[in-house]
Amino acid sequence: MPQDFRLDKIGLINRNKKISFKFNGKSYFGYEGDTLASALIANGVHLVGRSFKYHRPRGFFGAGVDEPYAIVQLYRNNETDPNARATEQELFEGLEAKSVNCWPSVNFDIGAINNFLNKFFPAGFYYKTFMWPRSFWYKVYEPFIRKAAGFGVASIKHDKERYEHKYEYCDLLITGSGPSGLASAYAAAKNGAKVILAEDKPRFGGSLLTSEVNIGNQSGKEWAENIITELKEMPNVIVRNRAQVFGYYDHNMLVMSERVNDHLAKSKKYSPKQRLWYIRAKEVVISSGSIERPLVFGNNDTPGVVLSSAAKEYLKVYGVLVGRNPLIFTNNDSGYETAIEFKKNGIWPIILDTRNNPNSEIIDEAKRMGIDIKFSHVVVAAKGYKKVKSAEIAKISEDKKKLGAIKNINCDCICVSGFWTPTIHLTSQSGNKTKFNEEIDAFVPGQSKQEETTVGSANGIFTLEETLKKSFEVGHQISKKITKNDNKVSIPTVVEKKFTKHDKFWCVPLPKEKKYKRFLDFQNDVAVTDVELALREGYRSIEHVKRYTTLGMATDQGKTSNLNGLQLVSDFENKIIPSVGHTTFRPPYTPVTIGAIVGREVGKHSKPTRKSPMHSWHEKHNAVFVDAGIWLRPRYYKQGNEGLFEASKREAENVRRNVGVCDVTTLGKIDIKGPDAAEFLNRVYTNAWLKLPVGKARYGVMLREDGIVMDDGTTTRISENHYHMTTTTAQAANVLSHLEYYLQIVWPELNVNVVSTTEQWAGAAIAGPKSRNVLQKLFPDIDISNEGLPFMGYVEGNLFGVYARIFRISFSGELAYEVNVESDNGNFMWEKIIDIGKEFLIQPYGTEALSTLRIEMGHVAGSELDGRTIPYDNGLQGLVSKKKDFIGKRSLNRSAFTAEDRQKVVGVVPLDKKTSIPEGSHLVKDANAKLPNPKLGHVSASCWSVEYNNPFSLAILRDGKNMIGQKLFALSPLKNKTIPVEIVSSHYVDPKGERVRS
Amino acid sequence: MLHIKCPYCGTRSQNEFVYGGDATVKRPQLNKEVSDKEWDTFVYLRKSPRGKHLEFWQHISGCRQWIKVQRDTATHEIFKTLKPNEDI
Repeated sequence: MPQDFRLDKIGLINRNKKISFKFNGKSYFGYEGDTLASALIANGVHLVGRSFKYHRPRGFFGAGVDEPYAIVQLYRNNETDPNARATEQELFEGLEAKSVNCWPSVNFDIGAINNFLNKFFPAGFYYKTFMWPRSFWYKVYEPFIRKAAGFGVASIKHDKERYEHKYEYCDLLITGSGPSGLASAYAAAKNGAKVILAEDKPRFGGSLLTSEVNIGNQSGKEWAENIITELKEMPNVIVRNRAQVFGYYDHNMLVMSERVNDHLAKSKKYSPKQRLWYIRAKEVVISSGSIERPLVFGNNDTPGVVLSSAAKEYLKVYGVLVGRNPLIFTNNDSGYETAIEFKKNGIWPIILDTRNNPNSEIIDEAKRMGIDIKFSHVVVAAKGYKKVKSAEIAKISEDKKKLGAIKNINCDCICVSGFWTPTIHLTSQSGNKTKFNEEIDAFVPGQSKQEETTVGSANGIFTLEETLKKSFEVGHQISKKITKNDNKVSIPTVVEKKFTKHDKFWCVPLPKEKKYKRFLDFQNDVAVTDVELALREGYRSIEHVKRYTTLGMATDQGKTSNLNGLQLVSDFENKIIPSVGHTTFRPPYTPVTIGAIVGREVGKHSKPTRKSPMHSWHEKHNAVFVDAGIWLRPRYYKQGNEGLFEASKREAENVRRNVGVCDVTTLGKIDIKGPDAAEFLNRVYTNAWLKLPVGKARYGVMLREDGIVMDDGTTTRISENHYHMTTTTAQAANVLSHLEYYLQIVWPELNVNVVSTTEQWAGAAIAGPKSRNVLQKLFPDIDISNEGLPFMGYVEGNLFGVYARIFRISFSGELAYEVNVESDNGNFMWEKIIDIGKEFLIQPYGTEALSTLRIEMGHVAGSELDGRTIPYDNGLQGLVSKKKDFIGKRSLNRSAFTAEDRQKVVGVVPLDKKTSIPEGSHLVKDANAKLPNPKLGHVSASCWSVEYNNPFSLAILRDGKNMIGQKLFALSPLKNKTIPVEIVSSHYVDPKGERVRS
Repeated sequence: MLHIKCPYCGTRSQNEFVYGGDATVKRPQLNKEVSDKEWDTFVYLRKSPRGKHLEFWQHISGCRQWIKVQRDTATHEIFKTLKPNEDI
């Protein structure tokens, strides 16, 4: 099947390799090197989608990143991606794409009724319409807006592709491989600088791929190829294609998205789909080029209206004709280049030039070739619905305000050229204050804020000779500054055609009694009338006009629409553009996939996973794990058909009756050394620390400066100037930073060092009435009687040849010990404990049983020390020293903290002794009170008391100390429960604490 | 992402550091009588200047030292970094 719009000889595609693909279910073929856009145009397909608001037919407008129309849903390797630009998506075997924003099909789209109702969809339509009635918002308006918003559908499947992040440093990052980028990269690389050259397209060379120029006796394209080949071979140069530098951040950090495998049917093995580069560059050269500006006329969004530069690119790169009967509509010489290319390939174009008889080399050439040129002529409107069929044209007066008689001429495409807009997005993102250049009617870079230089047409320089000269110079100067080398490369001679001045004309006036829509923003359907309406309604700031009309707010970020929008505002207000200013350019320059941003940090890799040395033992013994901070801890050890409740109850009961062992490796551990360590602890903790003897542990509470409890734990005096502090698992890192802050900043005179030893020690808590029997067998040489090792005592021991630290401390409220050994010996210790403990019926217990044990003992933990409570609230006021000062002490005098009815931790038991109280339930006096029901407190932790065999909870309750014995209600709207409860002491089991001392 | 020069390690990326608050605030001395107002100012009141600001950062994934950074809050320009005992 021949392709009607493909030429035989011209183009850079590989005609030996045919590629088949599907669009909207129909099969086509293209060639290797095609984009989806070029392949579709070659097959005569111009209708690719429907517009955002009016559902007008959409074709192709550009040939690259600036494309506002051709956004498709892409299917690849059983995955789907929304928002693929057909102009950038390279063709691969089996590619499938579908049109978006149309139903039931792109050819017959019901939403197109909006086009005929467009009177009812003016600018600010949403703001005006969806305000009332209020009750419509959730049920009618929001679902409607959600359905109408956006293009395409995001996949809800797990993305199996791999995305990578990469950090790179360089002397010079160059964004764009057109003539200016190549020249500055070459000059800098030859001068010894470490260079990264990034090109967003698959092919290097930028405008050199399509322009008829000569550099150093070679064609521009050959010169580019030679330079790139040489650069690729240099060890100090990284060259990347398909790589878009999309963001310029602080301190010369730029981010680049590399489409590593998007152009292939399937990602290569061991290769990511996309790679995000974080590049810290000493200097940046921005050579991002320029984008052709549209001209504004009636129905200028009809498929077949394309940028003239895009038409030339389709022709020269892909050998594809956007039409066989082209009309070129231009206000400058660039349009002539496109016309000449058509003519060279046997197509007769007609040129409409808004200027009155201009003179230049290229115009002369077009005349010599016999091309039909109509000066002082404009396109009034494109005719045709799904494709341009003809154009209404007219002569325009010298002042560009009056149109002559309208004629209809046949054409199948209109190639527009409204001159060039430098791509200043990256420059502007860097903080550069851009300035308006009257010569070219566009903004160009001004004063740099960071180390960046803009070269070539991105800087408003449109002749090749000057571009090359300046770019070689910039590359040399910048590299010289960094490398101190002074190796210059010679600047080649350039042959190019001289252009004459463009015409400032940009918008064709409407003929009398015609209401053609003239579009400014093609992706968001913003027409001239919309912006005029916004201005009439009083919007003045360009930022407000943008948001009210959505001009420039689509995924193309207004690459083709910004300047024409500004022109309109400045014309309307009789202001010059610089005083209107432009909207802020924000990253990303082009859309970036969420996958690339997230990189490898997905699923279980979203944070590191820490495992204790005994982890594999737990796994082998059917542990069910739970996340505790970044640690994995056994929640319970499953036996038979047990669930969480049965297993944790069994484990907790066994601790109360016999003995259990719990992996407490995850507790934060901080080694504190130095002659002033005791003094330091005395300032950090609320209680007294100066008199703690060697070989003793003490429980301590530390506050923040605002009086709120930060953390608690035990600290043991190992030797004269050496302490071992434990913190909660979750707060370990914060506590270390906190201690470092006070040592380094507030009290640098204290001679103390702190270091984290969390990972150096493995810990096992042995708890229960039979724990002493187990310990005695583990350490037969040590006196561990109640006298030899009393509660809060510490000894060192030899565990079958392994050094061990033994602490008599208890979280479970039972007689208990904690044994620490070096991490490498953790599993050895654990297995010994289990082995020796067998005769005492030892069982491992997990965090759920651990919680049960501490809750029914009334020991506070993270759910009570929740960043809102002071020592009193937690029943820890006895640990607050009156004699000495400490961190946060002064705040405890705050009136709210000393109030008579201050909240306090209490116990809560359901009256029926059966119903468990959901954590987070509110405690109220009257279950049926009018909402909002005044809250007296909340349930912080719940368990099934194994001691009494009924549910028990802890709560933080207002005036807790006077509430014991009161009957209240626990309300859980979340679980839809109302439970009558009684308030009891938080110390539900062993209130005198006799067991730990037994 | 900022590039911060740690006075101990050299220039590193921001993701090795954590921000640690206003470095111009001085904690009242221990065991000193402090009025409610003075304490309140120390604990809660912070200026939020636009422009130059002296702040603490901790090189948490590096040497773990707390450092002072003089930074422009509007432009992110970093003028100077200091050890905690050094003054501008």
